Amino acid sequence: MKTDDKRTQIAKPEAQSAPPLDQRVDDRRTFLFKLSIAINIVVGLLIATPVVRFLLDPLRGKSGYRTWIPLGKVNDYEPGTTILATYRNPYTDSWDGETANVACYVRRQLDGSFTVFAVNCAHLGCPVRWFPQSQLFLCPCHGGAYYADGSRAAGPPERGLFTYSCRVDGETLMIQAGQMPTLANQARLELPGDGSTKRWVHTTNSQLVRGILPCPNTPNAGTNEPTIG
Amino acid sequence: MSEHSKRWYQRTYDWIESRAQIADFVRESAEHPVPSRTASWWYVFGSASFVLLLLQIVTGILLATVYVPSAGEAWNSLQALNHHLPLGWFLRAMHGWGSNFMVAVVLVHMTQVFLFGAYKFPRELTWLIGVFLLLMTLGMAFSGQILRFDQDAYWGLGIGASITSRVPWIGGQLVHLLLGGPIIAGATLSRFFALHVFVLPATLLAFAGLHIWLVLKLGINEWPTPGRLVRRETYLKEYHELTLRHGIPFVPQAVWKDAMFAAAIVFAVAFCAAVFGPFGPSGTPDPTITQTVPKPDFFFLWIYTALAYLPPSLETPVLLIVPVIGIGMLIVLPFVAGLGEKSWYRRPVGVLVLIVLAIGLATLTHLGTYAPWSPHMSAWSEDEIPDRYIHASTPLERQGALVFQAKQCRNCHALGGVGGQRGPALDSVATRLTEDQIIRQVVQGGGNMPAYGAALSPPQVTALVAFLNTLYPANERPATDASRSIAETDKPAPKEPIESTRP
Repeated sequence: MKTDDKRTQIAKPEAQSAPPLDQRVDDRRTFLFKLSIAINIVVGLLIATPVVRFLLDPLRGKSGYRTWIPLGKVNDYEPGTTILATYRNPYTDSWDGETANVACYVRRQLDGSFTVFAVNCAHLGCPVRWFPQSQLFLCPCHGGAYYADGSRAAGPPERGLFTYSCRVDGETLMIQAGQMPTLANQARLELPGDGSTKRWVHTTNSQLVRGILPCPNTPNAGTNEPTIG
Repeated sequence: MSEHSKRWYQRTYDWIESRAQIADFVRESAEHPVPSRTASWWYVFGSASFVLLLLQIVTGILLATVYVPSAGEAWNSLQALNHHLPLGWFLRAMHGWGSNFMVAVVLVHMTQVFLFGAYKFPRELTWLIGVFLLLMTLGMAFSGQILRFDQDAYWGLGIGASITSRVPWIGGQLVHLLLGGPIIAGATLSRFFALHVFVLPATLLAFAGLHIWLVLKLGINEWPTPGRLVRRETYLKEYHELTLRHGIPFVPQAVWKDAMFAAAIVFAVAFCAAVFGPFGPSGTPDPTITQTVPKPDFFFLWIYTALAYLPPSLETPVLLIVPVIGIGMLIVLPFVAGLGEKSWYRRPVGVLVLIVLAIGLATLTHLGTYAPWSPHMSAWSEDEIPDRYIHASTPLERQGALVFQAKQCRNCHALGGVGGQRGPALDSVATRLTEDQIIRQVVQGGGNMPAYGAALSPPQVTALVAFLNTLYPANERPATDASRSIAETDKPAPKEPIESTRP
């Protein structure tokens, strides 16, 4: 296609011979160019700092996401039963909708003490289902199975169900909850040393707490380790 | 032609072109010569992937005009799209099927590129960007599955978080970063929305552009010929001669196949969307509903299967190391095998690896579609015991059949081909185990079976075992314990050796 004059004018302006540059002007411009890059790096870092802080906001310490919350009256739970209880997660936004409702299994032993299990399978977090007839928790995803005391019965999980720390505060069952239990962020605060929660429960005693029943550390007899293949 | 005799649109075109100066570049790119044998139906998958990406962007923008990225409202807005807005369901279906087609076509494209040796010198960078684009595409598929904020999405995130938590030392922090907080909730959906709608598509588009730019600059890979080796010194010259001597202009002589296939694939997406409809959403993302059987989307089923079959002790290492090795191998491929033969006739190892991978992935995916490792959670209450198994049974045996049903045995054990497949089918269990062995297995468990000793009373065990003892085919003898009959007859053992029924 032939090009007319007007187009050529815009497209290819006549190269004008540049006037000879003063060496000092050249040096100064090179210096200013480098300075502009340096200033941009400094400003970029200044902006990046709050951005990184903003992005890391979800991080908390070991117990940053745990709070004692009530889980109903003690007498709501009949001794010898395991039932599904739900609570509203203590860390929640108004737009969370039903996702902030969390379920857990409350087991009340015949002696009146409590164990509270997370619904999340210790394998990959799917919701286990309680079958009172066969006294088993079964996971629908990969077939993990747990006995009534939460210990591993079969399938791919490498441990028993996660348990929440729990205590009885007067007539109220309290559990310490707040985060999705996974192998790294377990439901219960693991202490270095004896591994039990007894010492810790005693240290949090307060005037308001009228009676503390520590959760049992040993599973009930009957469904136990030697039976696992 | 003088300026005044031109039509208005020609003048507009000239006005823009005199400023943008893009026509020459476009014409040169379109008419650049390609080796004549590359005008083949084998070379259409790359352009089809890009067309599908554009289709996803268009349908995605349309969905975003309605979708509410809020944990409390997302599910409701999908229901509105499905049921209230005219053809909202069709757009959702187009986006969902488009996603499936895109993953499939990208995988086919990658297979073709591998088979034709296109990753070799000088196209190593094109391959590397392609690997990155594959990962981005899978990231889009996963984050898209999460935006369909239903039960599968919720528990899929739970699986993602549980896998992340297995990273040593920083796993817990990574989970909180992934979820945007302590639990799967509003913040989680919002960040996956930002990923799926802004970060990943922008990256995909930019890198796909770079990918195409490299194809233009380096030329399309020639059809591999056995014996024509890639050498760093001579390849560029040979390729140049090939395009000079046997070259044809890409447009229109080669591009029409790309265009035909693109039209066919877009039509296929629309056809599937119209016939099969949108994907979900399944139940509301309410974590207090434990009556759910979560399952990932089709292209992640193979991972779901692998996670079921890995032994517990290997799970964390495999989960964390195998992806690194896999991606690492894709990255180093053009550097360790960047020269030499391109033809699949002379690359038996490459072809074999491809076949093994394809069969492996297909098998794992197929297993994932029916998940034999998962208990059938409702089998105990909905699958009957076949009539013939209790037709002529005693009251005790019938009581045993009731125990069998009521204690969820069916969830893992099939009878008459119905029920869970987690454990063995029990239609002929009496031919495999003696009465004593059945009692032991029921009470103590073992293998992959929980112990039922605490969940069954002694009368229930007696009844259950009586029922299980009747389960053997008419033409086969049940297993018996030879020593038991001897003990029952209360006589000293005979001198000749006793023939066992179970050798």
